[in-house]
Amino acid sequence: MAAIAAEQAHSHDHHGPLHHQFEDLDQQNEAYLVGMWAFLVQEVMFFGALFLTYTLMRWQYPMDWYFAHNELDWKLAGFNTFNLLLSSFFAAMGVRSAQLKDRKGVLLWLGGVLLCCLVFLGIKYVEYALKWEHHLVPGPSFFYQGEANPGVAQMFFGLYFAMTGLHGIHVAVGLIVFGILWLMWYFRKTIVTEDYMPTEMCGLYWHFVDLVWIFLYPLFYLIPHP
Amino acid sequence: MSAVPATQAPAPKPKSYLENGHTVASWLLTGDHKRIAILYLISVSIFFLVGGIAAGMIRTELLLPKGVFLENDSYNKVFTLHGIVMIFFFLIPAIPAVLGNFLIPLMVGARDLAFPRLNLLSWYVYMAAGTLGVIVILLGGVDTGWTFYTPYSSLYSNSQVGLTIAAAFLAGFSSIFTGINFIATIHKMRAPGLTWFRLPLFVWAHYATSVIIILGTPVIAITLLLVGVERVFRIGIFSPELGGDPILFQHLFWFYSHPAVYIMILPAMGVISELISAFSRRPVFGYHFVAFSSLAIAGLGFLVWGHHMFVSGQSMYQGVVFSLISFLVAVPSAIKVFNWTATIYKGTVKLDTPMIYALGFIGLFLIGGLTGLYLSSMATDIHLHDTYFVVAHFHYVMVGGTIMGYLGGIHFWWPKMFGRMYPDNWGKLSAVIVFIGFNLTFMPQFVVGYLGMPRRYHYYYLQPEFQPYHIMSTLGSSVLGVGYFMPVLYLLWSLKYGKKVGDNPWGASGLEWETSSPPPTTNFLEMPIVTKEVYTYDAEKAEEEFEHRQELIEEVTG
Repeated sequence: MAAIAAEQAHSHDHHGPLHHQFEDLDQQNEAYLVGMWAFLVQEVMFFGALFLTYTLMRWQYPMDWYFAHNELDWKLAGFNTFNLLLSSFFAAMGVRSAQLKDRKGVLLWLGGVLLCCLVFLGIKYVEYALKWEHHLVPGPSFFYQGEANPGVAQMFFGLYFAMTGLHGIHVAVGLIVFGILWLMWYFRKTIVTEDYMPTEMCGLYWHFVDLVWIFLYPLFYLIPHP
Repeated sequence: MSAVPATQAPAPKPKSYLENGHTVASWLLTGDHKRIAILYLISVSIFFLVGGIAAGMIRTELLLPKGVFLENDSYNKVFTLHGIVMIFFFLIPAIPAVLGNFLIPLMVGARDLAFPRLNLLSWYVYMAAGTLGVIVILLGGVDTGWTFYTPYSSLYSNSQVGLTIAAAFLAGFSSIFTGINFIATIHKMRAPGLTWFRLPLFVWAHYATSVIIILGTPVIAITLLLVGVERVFRIGIFSPELGGDPILFQHLFWFYSHPAVYIMILPAMGVISELISAFSRRPVFGYHFVAFSSLAIAGLGFLVWGHHMFVSGQSMYQGVVFSLISFLVAVPSAIKVFNWTATIYKGTVKLDTPMIYALGFIGLFLIGGLTGLYLSSMATDIHLHDTYFVVAHFHYVMVGGTIMGYLGGIHFWWPKMFGRMYPDNWGKLSAVIVFIGFNLTFMPQFVVGYLGMPRRYHYYYLQPEFQPYHIMSTLGSSVLGVGYFMPVLYLLWSLKYGKKVGDNPWGASGLEWETSSPPPTTNFLEMPIVTKEVYTYDAEKAEEEFEHRQELIEEVTG
């Protein structure tokens, strides 16, 4: 990226967070927002295909789906849901502090987000490890002795790992993104301190990740008897 | 370009984007949309060559009823290679990533796209995908067809399905990045005075394309990922043997892959609007209708995917609905064609190379579009499904449409990109050869398909009467190959020896022509202020506007 930096050097000298292709910060921020929302639309469609697959399969095998879901721990995941909601609140407060240029507030709230991220991934690890021990990970080692049809149970766990795994990857990306954001605030990089938009965009991303889980939790862990 | 002698130009020309750094790093690490467009130009040309070689192999094989030199298995791999390379690595990125990348910031009067680094990342992701594609070829290829139909792709195929899926997945994200960039740029970076309805139709078409890209591409990405998951872990999602649903795969696949046709054709339509207007010296007839027809195609395009599945087990009533909506797509497409012809009518038509390509586009797209109606009508589709009629139809749209548009656009904006002109006679010749070769290749395929030749078969010895059509088709493809190869030669020649031309050799009206050719890195030395309507070719009106320019500028900036 050296060349870009060199090209933009002149504008950085004078305008801080403003990139050379924009006229002013307002234009830049609006473009960022449009870009971010376009990205989130793309994400909705990305997860959307999985939700469609889930819907079809659950509609086709309602009983097996119910029996297979009993293997999941709704309490651990429920705690994680609460944890993730809390992190969204922290993220929103972090954005507010960024708008007020309150650096300490930002560091505090974003630190909270990071902590929640780690807790979420930790619990997810415990859940996955338990599934591994119980041979519920699809593949050659899959072994299920329950009331559901084993093939369908494997399908259920396949989708479970695909969907929560993809969500988990998004959480891990969030951890990296918020980690970098936190460091940038800590080292007083003007790109974040002079312009709240990068923080806002990370917040938007995080709320999206949170929202996906809000759907995933009841779909996998809270299936009623059909 | 070396230094311009002072006697020739009163003020020294600004340093062009080509002169801003000559190192390899200054190209590979650039954020400049124009340089990234050139990188894309080189890459898609290479993939076009690869796909073209595969096409040549297919045509050679079909010369004789018993085949010429390929085994069943290798024939499957060759047509799969042809499809995947042409669709994912050439047709989808060709116009948006080359011409769109180069021109959209110039057309909206911006210094660059909204996210230059994302733009560069898009090229790297594309190259990573392409590299994976090459690895797949080296490891023996893939034999599922570009459609990856399950359960064959997920359970039975012994070829490199996994890597190919990864390549398609990455290529998808490279176009998503481009789409996001275009949407943000078109929304937020238009120059003062450049309202939505002063945007060139090229920009409208790319806007519609970007909407399709961000809505459709993620779906194919996740679908292919699921095929990979099913292949590796053997869980049933799409395979009936494991309790999955193969029709679900087809729904998800075509939910993207039908709109993908519009990702390919809409940008070409945008190019054609520019060409027709510039070489007829008239504003595009019914500008608003043409602009909104792009959005209509994008919208309707998402509701017609089921017409690929009339015979694969979806409900008949569903088929009726998909069939009717497919007919509806013909309406905005026809609006475009009628409005282009109405633009030419009473225009001062100048038959330069790009215009010949544009006229070729109209003719070929017309045939491609109308034969689509045979396929979207259920009764006729049952006879024509999976025959060479389908092959001919989509080649008329995708090759006759997209590649004619792409080549026309390249010829039109070549002097914009490099400041030099190619020999026009050679250009005209190549355009005519492409047109003739194309029709010779694919017109017989309509007939042989109607007579019952199935697609994807590598021999037809039980019906030797098909041979004349195949010979014509193969002959045509050789002519077509010559037509495609000629521009490569004279365009490369023109880079060094072509006549240097002024900033606006065509006398075209777009904002992109108001800066120097080739443009400086920042596109415009000062912020352009748009005071005129789009496509102002009316001489009287243009003069009048020029007189009042200062007032208008004050009004806009005021």
